[in-house]
Amino acid sequence: MVRLLAAIASLALLGAVTSTLHAEDSPAAAVAATPAPTPVAFTNAPVAAQTAYLQAALTNGDPTATNIAPTAIAGHNAWMMVSSAFVLMMTLPGLALFYGGLVRSKNILSIIAMCFGITAMVSVIWWAVGYSLVFGSNFASPFLGGTENFFFKGITSDPNTSYAYWVSQNVFAIFQLTFAIITPALIFGATAERMKFSAIMAFVFGWMFIVYFPLAHMVWGSTGLMNGVWNATAKIPAIDFAGGTVVHMSSGWSALILCLILGKRVGHGKEPMPPHSLVLTFIGTALLWIGWYGFNAGSAVAADGVAANAFTTTTLATAVGAFTWPLMEWVFRGKPSVLGFCSGAVAGLVVITPACGFVNSMGAVIIGVLAGVIPYLACTVVKNIFKYDDALDTFGVHGVGGTVGALITGVLVDPTVNANLGGAAATANGLAKAIADHTLVVAQAKAAGITIAMAVVGTLILGFLVKLVIGLRPSVEAEHQGLDITDHGEEGYNH
Amino acid sequence: MKKIEAIIKPFKIEEVKDALSELGIEGMTVTEVKGFGRQKGHTEIYRGSEYTVDFLPKIKLELVVADDAVEAAIKAIVEAAKTGKIGDGKVFVLPVENAIRIRTGETGNQAV
Repeated sequence: MVRLLAAIASLALLGAVTSTLHAEDSPAAAVAATPAPTPVAFTNAPVAAQTAYLQAALTNGDPTATNIAPTAIAGHNAWMMVSSAFVLMMTLPGLALFYGGLVRSKNILSIIAMCFGITAMVSVIWWAVGYSLVFGSNFASPFLGGTENFFFKGITSDPNTSYAYWVSQNVFAIFQLTFAIITPALIFGATAERMKFSAIMAFVFGWMFIVYFPLAHMVWGSTGLMNGVWNATAKIPAIDFAGGTVVHMSSGWSALILCLILGKRVGHGKEPMPPHSLVLTFIGTALLWIGWYGFNAGSAVAADGVAANAFTTTTLATAVGAFTWPLMEWVFRGKPSVLGFCSGAVAGLVVITPACGFVNSMGAVIIGVLAGVIPYLACTVVKNIFKYDDALDTFGVHGVGGTVGALITGVLVDPTVNANLGGAAATANGLAKAIADHTLVVAQAKAAGITIAMAVVGTLILGFLVKLVIGLRPSVEAEHQGLDITDHGEEGYNH
Repeated sequence: MKKIEAIIKPFKIEEVKDALSELGIEGMTVTEVKGFGRQKGHTEIYRGSEYTVDFLPKIKLELVVADDAVEAAIKAIVEAAKTGKIGDGKVFVLPVENAIRIRTGETGNQAV
């Protein structure tokens, strides 16, 4: 009965989506109409224009003045395809191994299935409506994109110059898809070992629509509310280079709420629940670090100087985080642990994420130290005081680390590393002035507050809705046996 | 015949085996086991979670010897396995009714 209802509901949704698509067809075409003057092909342009065009291509510059239609360029496109593959690697297998090693061996496959299931489902949603709702424009709204790119309509190998002059829009769409995949997957570290696979999938389906798509548009969409760098009319001119708010805060705060709704694991606090393989966790961490170059440096959406800066700051903050966290353990607990190295590296990556394209190397080192201290305290002290069962510390690392990152970016921002911070949009919406006046942290705090509100409210609604309709938790017996057998009918290790 | 069961520290197994071999003892069975006596366990910390692990890895050694070899075998095991620290283990001696070598059908002391 429940399944039937779910099927009917999804059919109804699909119907609504399709009818909207058709209704919006003609306005979308009107909006996309080519502005005058008509750009010419490269070969038909005067030599001076060709030279200027190539110069712009080399530096990821704006070619509009040359009146030559932009095309994807080898270097930038190559880097973005590599980056997209790297970010996918962060989920499969990076996050799957990082989280998988931390659960007991009877639940390893439930983590892998969660990562794989989300990858597959979100890809389809992204193709159907997600990309358009985030990066479309025909709503002309600060809160949601548009309908013109439903079912990847109009998405070709040509660039979408609202987002990148020199990168194919289909590559850009897949790059952004990999972010939309890893973000919900992060949430289920907090709920590990005690949430049904069906409930995870149902929750993610709703969460993408009421939290991720609006938030990603607000931060990165060309008409987004909080897109300080690129939207000249952004009401809150905040900055988030690679997803401190969109990815880490949204998933981390949702994780906290969901693990509270879900309740503790059976036997939590009474029986030992140690990680079953820190070796897997180590491999996962290393893959996350490597993949994160695509995530952070790739977020320049070009192989340019901004990407190079992000590449550098990402390395430094991660290394310093991986140094600081185990050092804290050594000082306060007597031993530096491998899980401490892994946690410090991931915390460094999380905190540098919103800042990587906006801070210099000194800023990155400061961020690394903060990443090794604040999330460490969140995972060890705060969690033990409040006794919530954030099983794999998604809130402690991503929620707390993401929030620290969003705020500290406003303090450590260095406009000399990224010319876009003084660009036309940033000047028009007040971002450049806020940076010069050292008041950017106010906008950052507003953006963080909106993100927390959306994550908390969205998760409360969806968490209780899914609980009511299909239930969140497996039976106590199933939880004892392990979700690998009860949810997936197989075991991770047969020996 | 007697059966000797010894629970020892894992890193001592080679020394014990060599000491028994010098006595001319030709066979034994070894199992990796977990347990605790007075030594108790140790503490493991994973981020904010602290667990006490009660059961420590040990080696269980089993061998059956003729009555006249029992004292020498026990002495060899105790001397080789001893570190003087808590957790060295224990030796148990049990009577054995009979032994049969499967290949030849020999019984009693001939079979051990």
